[in-house]
Amino acid sequence: MDKQGPHNPSPSQDQHPTPDARPVLEAPDIARVLTRIAHEIVERAKGADDVVLLGIPTRGVFLAQRLAAKLEQITERKVPVGSLDITMYRDDLRMHPPRALARTEIPGDGIDGRLVVLVDDVLFSGRTIRAALDALNDIGRPRAVQLAVLVDRGHRELPIRADYVGKNLPTSLRETVKVLLAEEDGRDTVLLGAKRTSQ
Amino acid sequence: MQRHLISAADLTRDDAVLILDTAEEMARVADRPIKKLPTLRGRTVVNLFFEDSTRTRISFEAAEKRLSADVINFTAKGSSVSKGESLKDTAQTLEAMGVDAVVIRHGASGAPYRLATSGWIDAAVINAGDGTHQHPTQALLDAFTMRRRLVGRDAGLGQDLNGRRITIVGDVLHSRVARSNVDLLHTLGAEVTLVAPPTLLPVGVETWPCEVAYDLDSTLTKSDAVMMLRVQRERMNAAFFPTEREYSRRYGLDGERMARMPEHAIVMHPGPMVRGMEITAEVADSDRCTVIEQVTNGVSIRMAVLYLLLGGNEPAVTHARTTEEK
Amino acid sequence: MSKILIRGAKVLGGEPQDVLIDGAVVAAVGPDLSAEHAGSAEIVEAAGKVLLPGLVDLHTHLREPGREDSETVLTGTRAAASGGYTAVFAMANTFPVADTAGVVEQVWRLGKEHGYCDVRPVGAVTVGLEGRKLAELGAMHDSAAGVTVFSDDGKCVHDAVIMRRALEYVKAFGGVVAQHAQEPRLTEGAQMNEGVVSAELGLGGWPAVAEESVIARDVLLAEHVGSRVHICHLSTAGSVEIVRWAKSRGIDVTAEVTPHHLLLTDELVRSYNPVYKVNPPLRTERDVMALREALADGTIDIVATDHAPHPHEDKDCEWAAAAMGMVGLETALSVVQETMVDTGLLDWAGVADRMSFKPARIGRAEGHGRPVSAGEPANLTLVDTAYRGSVDPAGFASRSRNTPYEGRELPGRVTHTWLRGTATLVDGKLT
Repeated sequence: MDKQGPHNPSPSQDQHPTPDARPVLEAPDIARVLTRIAHEIVERAKGADDVVLLGIPTRGVFLAQRLAAKLEQITERKVPVGSLDITMYRDDLRMHPPRALARTEIPGDGIDGRLVVLVDDVLFSGRTIRAALDALNDIGRPRAVQLAVLVDRGHRELPIRADYVGKNLPTSLRETVKVLLAEEDGRDTVLLGAKRTSQ
Repeated sequence: MQRHLISAADLTRDDAVLILDTAEEMARVADRPIKKLPTLRGRTVVNLFFEDSTRTRISFEAAEKRLSADVINFTAKGSSVSKGESLKDTAQTLEAMGVDAVVIRHGASGAPYRLATSGWIDAAVINAGDGTHQHPTQALLDAFTMRRRLVGRDAGLGQDLNGRRITIVGDVLHSRVARSNVDLLHTLGAEVTLVAPPTLLPVGVETWPCEVAYDLDSTLTKSDAVMMLRVQRERMNAAFFPTEREYSRRYGLDGERMARMPEHAIVMHPGPMVRGMEITAEVADSDRCTVIEQVTNGVSIRMAVLYLLLGGNEPAVTHARTTEEK
Repeated sequence: MSKILIRGAKVLGGEPQDVLIDGAVVAAVGPDLSAEHAGSAEIVEAAGKVLLPGLVDLHTHLREPGREDSETVLTGTRAAASGGYTAVFAMANTFPVADTAGVVEQVWRLGKEHGYCDVRPVGAVTVGLEGRKLAELGAMHDSAAGVTVFSDDGKCVHDAVIMRRALEYVKAFGGVVAQHAQEPRLTEGAQMNEGVVSAELGLGGWPAVAEESVIARDVLLAEHVGSRVHICHLSTAGSVEIVRWAKSRGIDVTAEVTPHHLLLTDELVRSYNPVYKVNPPLRTERDVMALREALADGTIDIVATDHAPHPHEDKDCEWAAAAMGMVGLETALSVVQETMVDTGLLDWAGVADRMSFKPARIGRAEGHGRPVSAGEPANLTLVDTAYRGSVDPAGFASRSRNTPYEGRELPGRVTHTWLRGTATLVDGKLT
């Protein structure tokens, strides 16, 4: 997915890992950290009975669905899960051609008064989350908003931090982080590689 | 997509599907408590209407406002076609005020094309209906309505209208709606049949990518959608048909005819309807008739078009279309 | 008076000849006149160039009086000289309309004063071009202007009775009616040729039958009353067929075609650029080919420009609001070379026939359209046929720039024009 990163005028260059990219998380690691995050959510939300999970397309949505399944196992209650497309709230809209929109799907009971946990694959500059907070604002008024990410690679440009982190991954700006998920990519892995330089 | 939207014929299949898919997401904004997106904040759009059309203008205005654009409405009543340079002057005056896009409705065929290609202005031009030429957003909203009804809201995403049989009935000669629909529906893979008295079909229609028939009853039974065009009573005086009654008998859609359509088939009309002329009240008010839906869908389609043309630093890219393909 | 010796010109495209102009007449034509006259005459080297009789345009709009913002007699005749013309027939749709002896004499006198080419005013057939009441055709003929061609051009003499009377009446003084064939009811709101392109563009259609039906009627009327009739700007293959049939029947009909109808088609209208808006409208490729063939075989007698100047603002607008017409005097010969000569359909003698001899004869323009031979008036045009260049309207002598050929590469360039021995154009520059 297109993560808004620093000094990265063309996110498309960031989409595909270079051939020499190496895995930093494998499928069992991903399953384990998601289980841990689910437990953390239950603990911090005191039972998670008002939690709504909203994934940020594309891969954040699959992660949110997986987290919901795990929460249901733990709490034995159905956890509302949806998606939040932030495309039209991005602060770099004017810098690229418009892109196709993804689905925003808010669970039936809405988000008013609920604890919304935003779920995304990689936390980088923080601009995506800023856009997500704006988008939420047009949909309702949650009791509180928290953030869960699979990977935090640093280099924040806004005062945003994650509440639940699968893995803190120190990176340089020359590197790229790519999350692959079975639902979209056929396998689960997180790759760290060198950024492709445009010719 | 090109920088302007002048003709439905300029859209590739992928462009059109992208617009329909985007409109499907835009439609969901209407279900929210706050029906507004910040996408076009700081962009100025002028609705330049040289022809009265309250419904089209309001539809564009609603779309622009939902995307947070600054909106200027300019209505030149009675049209200034008589003194032609006023189109140029008006457009340049508006551009001098910093307009990013011009939505233009004009009585003269080709006026939006002139505006987009003559070097008068730099703004993006969106055709909101020109003479008897084109009305591309109408064709898009019609295709959107058909896809929702015939394929499905979610099932339709990414889909075209391949193999659907669409019948367009009425005053094709004077209809920009018919021209735009024939172009777009053909691009989307639908099979179009035009039905009209020969007087209301243009000379040259035989080269269009569609079938032509003079008899309504034989085409009704194999139509997935029947689109009725408005027929102005004044046409009678120019001998296009003998009387209103005869027109309605031969080409009007009444309950009896509608009953012969396939069960899933829908009735469409771009509005405003002339009840008792091309359509009876019974048909217009039935739940097979999508007139009201078409109005609602018009806002979503226009939001999609505005977003895809103005939302980024350049129009949305699908596959590049070469001039040879046109 | 001075003598001019034109050396080595291909007279009517034939073998190189020397041509001696003495005063207002051609004094001698021969293979080598240098020995005798080189010392006493101004020499014009014309090796490789084609010498034609001065061109005659039976169909020009000079716009004066009334629309001097688009053209005047002075600017229009300068444009004519620049295009190789020594006589033009100025159409009657001025403001006021040239429907009285007073107006036609004014136009004629202005042409005479300026001296760039002879101006033969065309008189209106009906008062105010309104098609209802005959104008004083005899008075215009008897005036100093000596009008012989009458036309309501821009409008059609659509009333069959008025047309019949006009055809009959002008026989008394050898006049001719030039008909703008356009059935008015069939062309209400018409914007372009009716066909595939108009259907797509949503522009009001101008059916070929609106032209053809009037031509058919008028040739039959001419036959019935034993008059001659001239048909302006034929634009369709069907019109050609009708004229061909009429001629085969012995009807005294002549016909003209414009340069633009020999080259351009309605496909150009897809640009919605009003520079292509003209009356009659640009037709299809098939029509263009039929017109070329008809001009070659003589069914169409002449090329006439229908030079129709319009100010920039009347074309810099949407199609429906734009004026109809194109300027043509300065590009006519080039377009004819491109479409007729370079295609092998017509030789230069044929061009002289269609652009000088015959138009002069139809319009009774005395002293024009004469052979290039000793004793004839020295109305001559010298053409560099090897030249190729793109059309630059900025260089036009016409006051208007509404040419459809801007930037188009065309062959041939008129370098010299002489009106009765006086040069009006020398090395491409007006005198």
